[in-house]
Amino acid sequence: MGSDLKEEAIKRAKVLMVGAGGIGCELLKTLALSGFQDVHIIDMDTIEVSNLNRQFLFRQSHVGQSKAKVARDAVLKFMPQINITPYHANVKDPGFNVDFFKQFNVVLNGLDNLDARRHVNRLCLAAEVPLIESGTTGFLGQQVTVHIKGRTECYECQPKPTPKTYPVCTITSTPSKFVHCIVWAKDLLFAKLFGDKKQENDLFVSAGDGSDSEKPTDIFERGSDEDHEQYGRKIYNHVFGYSIEVALANEETWKSRRRPNPIFLKDVLPERLILQNGNLEKNFLTEDLPLSAMSSVGLSNPQDVWSLADNSRIFLEALRLFFGRREKEIGNLTFDKDDQLAVEFVTSAANIRASSFGISLHSLFDAKGIAGNIVHAVATTNAIIAGLIVIEAIKVLQADFQNCRMTYCLEHPARKMLLMPVEPFEANKSCYVCSETPLLLEVNTRTSTLRDFVDRIVKNKLGMSFPLIMQGATLIFEVGDDLEEDVAANYALNLDKVLVELPTPVSSGTMLTVEDLQQELSCHINIKHREEFDEDKEPDKMVLLGWTAREKESQVVSNGNSTSAAVPAAAEATMKSEEAEVNAEISGTKRKLSEILEATENQEASQILSRPDADNFKNSHELEDDDDDLVVLDNYPETSKKQRLH
Amino acid sequence: MDGEELTAQQTALYDRQIRVWGVDAQKRLSKAQILVSGLNGTSVEFCKNIVLAGVGSLTLMDDRLVTEDALQANFLIPRDETVYSGRSLSELCCESLRDFNPMVRVLAEKGDLAQCEMEFLDKFDVVVVTGCSLKTKIEINEKCRKRAKRIAFYAIECRDSCGEIFVDLQNYTYAQKKSVGTAECHLSYPSLEDAILLPWRNLPRKVSKLYYAMRVIEKFELSEGRNPGELSNFDLPAVLKLRKELCDAQSLNESHVPETLLERILVAGPMLYPPVCPILGGILGQEVIKAISGKGDPLKNFFYFDAADGKGVIEDISNPSSI
Repeated sequence: MGSDLKEEAIKRAKVLMVGAGGIGCELLKTLALSGFQDVHIIDMDTIEVSNLNRQFLFRQSHVGQSKAKVARDAVLKFMPQINITPYHANVKDPGFNVDFFKQFNVVLNGLDNLDARRHVNRLCLAAEVPLIESGTTGFLGQQVTVHIKGRTECYECQPKPTPKTYPVCTITSTPSKFVHCIVWAKDLLFAKLFGDKKQENDLFVSAGDGSDSEKPTDIFERGSDEDHEQYGRKIYNHVFGYSIEVALANEETWKSRRRPNPIFLKDVLPERLILQNGNLEKNFLTEDLPLSAMSSVGLSNPQDVWSLADNSRIFLEALRLFFGRREKEIGNLTFDKDDQLAVEFVTSAANIRASSFGISLHSLFDAKGIAGNIVHAVATTNAIIAGLIVIEAIKVLQADFQNCRMTYCLEHPARKMLLMPVEPFEANKSCYVCSETPLLLEVNTRTSTLRDFVDRIVKNKLGMSFPLIMQGATLIFEVGDDLEEDVAANYALNLDKVLVELPTPVSSGTMLTVEDLQQELSCHINIKHREEFDEDKEPDKMVLLGWTAREKESQVVSNGNSTSAAVPAAAEATMKSEEAEVNAEISGTKRKLSEILEATENQEASQILSRPDADNFKNSHELEDDDDDLVVLDNYPETSKKQRLH
Repeated sequence: MDGEELTAQQTALYDRQIRVWGVDAQKRLSKAQILVSGLNGTSVEFCKNIVLAGVGSLTLMDDRLVTEDALQANFLIPRDETVYSGRSLSELCCESLRDFNPMVRVLAEKGDLAQCEMEFLDKFDVVVVTGCSLKTKIEINEKCRKRAKRIAFYAIECRDSCGEIFVDLQNYTYAQKKSVGTAECHLSYPSLEDAILLPWRNLPRKVSKLYYAMRVIEKFELSEGRNPGELSNFDLPAVLKLRKELCDAQSLNESHVPETLLERILVAGPMLYPPVCPILGGILGQEVIKAISGKGDPLKNFFYFDAADGKGVIEDISNPSSI
């Protein structure tokens, strides 16, 4: 297996793996077979059935158990001499601090979310440990990247799109895409009916059926004389019928938009289904099967797109089953993509709403993917990626940094290549994470509150979990368990204040310092006041700027220590232009991928595509705006049965 | 493909991959019968992938008993002598693979594929061979091509930290996705024998050096009556001599077949660089899935990976007039 030096480096290495899922299983197996002796692995998840198509270290009998632990046990069977230390925990836990990371020679990520990746990136930078990143989605182009502090870019040098947010009114009043209907059904209707009653909810709840009472009643409160069926019908007519009528009354809204159709039960399901009572009996008998409105109603294929009438039947039946058979859970439920009844409810509700607004309906299979942010995945891609990660890891361990590569896995070959290695990119000098460049925030300091800033910018965009915010020497906010009462109360007060009204006013020209002690990350933000924001394009009402577009040259030939040092100038020029070609192809390929890739609320899918061009910020902005209904995947048209509206 | 729907169990298990290739493709996979002859680090990776994908059946042929070399890069065999002692590789791998997906029939077939009757191949849609001589590969490929039903043939070989995959789909038609709709695409694959008989000087100038290196090594093994992995550094002088002969006969400059590359392969002997196995096994897995499902552009007709430069390259070694 190569030279003795290589073997030695591998034997002595202490490796940290973050994630024991799709990539993790393949990676742990390959590390073991490659002679690694000391591997630590962190994963907070337990095993689910849908993992078993690719996470081959797990069996049906392991469902519910810790991934990290079961992975370890499985590997020991064919490689008993390896030491594997599993942690069934969240990598963001404070125990995994910089000192913890410092003990490793290399960190290998097999994660599936942006948040954790950024967190690990920062800890690796602080601990000065090389990080190897990777990502896979289905069959499509993915990559393995090496991040070494001081030599290459860090994971965050290229801006990654943060989770997509929608303006509230798009969800509550003017949906134009199916995903808006899903968000409405999941985060509003489902939450209102089955979730925590104390939670704020933007759903329109007033009963306005001509009653004279001055105080509007909450339609969602069930009357003492209302049985479940009546309640269900009342809810249906309210959310799909009456609410729409009320919205239609506001002419302004619909001046340049298609007017929605109110939908009432009497028009969709004129007959009363007596059969349902029969099914109710049946359900009580088959207690061990998970509750399903689909089977009650007699629908079996999750790939079918149901009619409005069938969706309505499912909706009512799901409601009835929740209230009749899962009463104890009501008030505590959050949407879970593996909860069959919840998925049926959300699918049907979203479809009825879509029908109202002239948006195409979707199958349960597709709706579930959107609602659950499901990442599609296969074993082969993970296996290839794992092999590439280990090859890079071994180079890193031998300090063979010159030969480290970023490798793209392409679905369609570029210049005959399916696996394309590229020299790692240099660090972005404007990266607020690994360099120390201040950011710029455009915000209306008179209307935005500190809470808005903390939630939308510090936590969401900057990915800080335990932030500390200072203005000069003054602490204006921090998160912590050990704060004194009066200090904590003061912070709570600050949160609700608009920025100019803070004890130390924040206005144009102010510089704030934001830190996260666990991630050892500190960054400065210059504030600039701005009056107006575009509701659709800038729903946060704040714009964070700071990383500048990269120069084209630095993309082409990165590391100063190019391996082409010995090649004569003419040949080098050819190589540079070839690499430029290749990079252009990569960006071209990526843009094509961005057109065909499923653009759901799943941040992972869009994150992988944000390779920079001269207009990198513009591209990621475009990508967000390009958010579409479930897009047909390139080669597999029947994955989605949606019909495009236009 | 209409007819039986996937079972609820299949739908639940295959959810994530159905989102990649669709229900119809999954149904076709569930009917496919695969044969793998030769079990090593690379082919067991392929076996894992294809079983997880949910094929109808996988048949393994490799009567060799477990040895230290055989255990190398093989994660299917428990390191317990009481378990593996006296049993063949195909038996042991079969047992493990069944666990990966109870819905796939995994069988161990005794015997040597080279000696099998042609009719034996009729059971299969896909045949994968590894670890045998060029002569055997050619023979099996020829047999596959003679059958009435089209049998997809793949040969895979990993040496040191590089590897080669050969694909023969004979005459293959599929719906290729275009920017708007699909277009019918016809590919005509040469047999293994025809492909490697193509004169070297007629090949594109930038053909991977691995192509030539593999042909030289293969030819040498043939002349010595040895299988892949049975050469060593002692053979280097003789191999270099053969290289000169072949290059002269083919009017090809010897620089296309670097000595360092040949040496690397010989020094390794039977050893594989473990991380290369999942890469080659993964690419092969993807190719077989594409061929069975009829979805996606299959590669034509050689694939090379070399950890030394990290490139995974497709080479089309076929007569232009046959495309």
